Amino acid sequence: MRVTFTVNGRRETADDVWEGESLLYVLRERVGLPGSKNACEQGECGSCTVYLDGTPVCACLVAAGQAEGREVRTVEGLADGDRLDPVQEAFVECGAVQCGFCTPGLVVQAHDLIERVAQPSDAEIREALAGNLCRCTGYEKILDAVRLAAARKAAAS
Amino acid sequence: MDFLRPTTWAEALAAKADRPEAVPIQGGTDVMVELNFDVHRPAALLDLNPVAELAEWTREEDGRLRVGAGVPYVRLITELGNRLPGLAQAARTVGSPQIRNRGTVGGNLGAASPAGDSHPPLLAGDAVIEVESAARGVRMIPAAEFYLGVKRSALEPDELIRAFWMSPAGGPQYFSKVGTRNAMVIAVCSFAIALHPEERRVGTGIGSAAPTPRRALAAEEFLAAELDWEARLDAALLARFGELAAEAASPIDDVRGTADYRRHAIGVMARRTLTWAWNEFRSGHFERRAG
Repeated sequence: MRVTFTVNGRRETADDVWEGESLLYVLRERVGLPGSKNACEQGECGSCTVYLDGTPVCACLVAAGQAEGREVRTVEGLADGDRLDPVQEAFVECGAVQCGFCTPGLVVQAHDLIERVAQPSDAEIREALAGNLCRCTGYEKILDAVRLAAARKAAAS
Repeated sequence: MDFLRPTTWAEALAAKADRPEAVPIQGGTDVMVELNFDVHRPAALLDLNPVAELAEWTREEDGRLRVGAGVPYVRLITELGNRLPGLAQAARTVGSPQIRNRGTVGGNLGAASPAGDSHPPLLAGDAVIEVESAARGVRMIPAAEFYLGVKRSALEPDELIRAFWMSPAGGPQYFSKVGTRNAMVIAVCSFAIALHPEERRVGTGIGSAAPTPRRALAAEEFLAAELDWEARLDAALLARFGELAAEAASPIDDVRGTADYRRHAIGVMARRTLTWAWNEFRSGHFERRAG
């Protein structure tokens, strides 16, 4: 089947999509956006987190056909040209990246958190990131990065 | 495989009548896992996302809430948390934020897993499930009659789940769940309680400790007969309630826990949740929330 939807502001059409295929597969293999990572395929790890109509979801659990006509924003759509999003900058500065596999999902999920909550508490950060697994860094630097990004965003507004 | 995209409820019912083998998909948090792992390859998917009325809830004339099958957990928490506190507590324990943004009570009912988190509070709170088919119209099924076996429900192949109906809490409600961490955990077992002070009655729901979610009926009858609503909670009564709740379970040994552990934990959670609910009730802090 054909699926047409908006990705990072651009209209995309994917053809020959299998009806049981996930949005994640379409993004990575058909639209050429490999930022969202494919790991657990069961919503446990959060590596494939994208915005669907402004709400963070696991792209592996959205059927491709369910994205028809809707708006998707992936980690590739956060930066403004060459300028990284403040969340991405904070992850770089804090060393919140090791192998990098979980990073795109964490960045999108953290991006949503600080959009919704101006100055999140540690408990709120932990709760927001509870569905994103990292097996390298041990989360402390990730928490540092989210605190930094939130503080900068609060200072800027 | 076919991908069916009805845009209205009537179209959805017609599609399900025409293709009873089609698997309805709403949040996808169960259905897509099975597809990704090739556990099932259904002949058709019936996407319910475009059916906007499923994502609405209303307060009905009889005071009950009618919550569309497509209302995601996150909205149960933010919009209905005060009125359906037991269900909202259970919703907070579902998966992760990403899962709660997509997953629905309708999907939990459709899957009818004994471990589904919404079932115990639905049972304790006397929820009624509204299902509908194009051929026979609406059926209203009390939650206690909805679950028939492991992942089997009273839903007929040509029917879809439209909504669940539940009264705004008339008394304190609590949910408790045992798992290995706070997030992303399927219940080892769970327990829900709902005080119904006006009827001098306590509702219960047991999760993940029997082939289906079920009420602890003997424990409910015991409280209806013995609980003094004007007094402090009696220790012997509390202990007996826990025993009866544990006896109502018929758990199995599996990778998540043993039958003995589950039976024990159900007794502990029954005592705890009754204590929490009773303390809230006796403190006078509970206010009946208008729907």
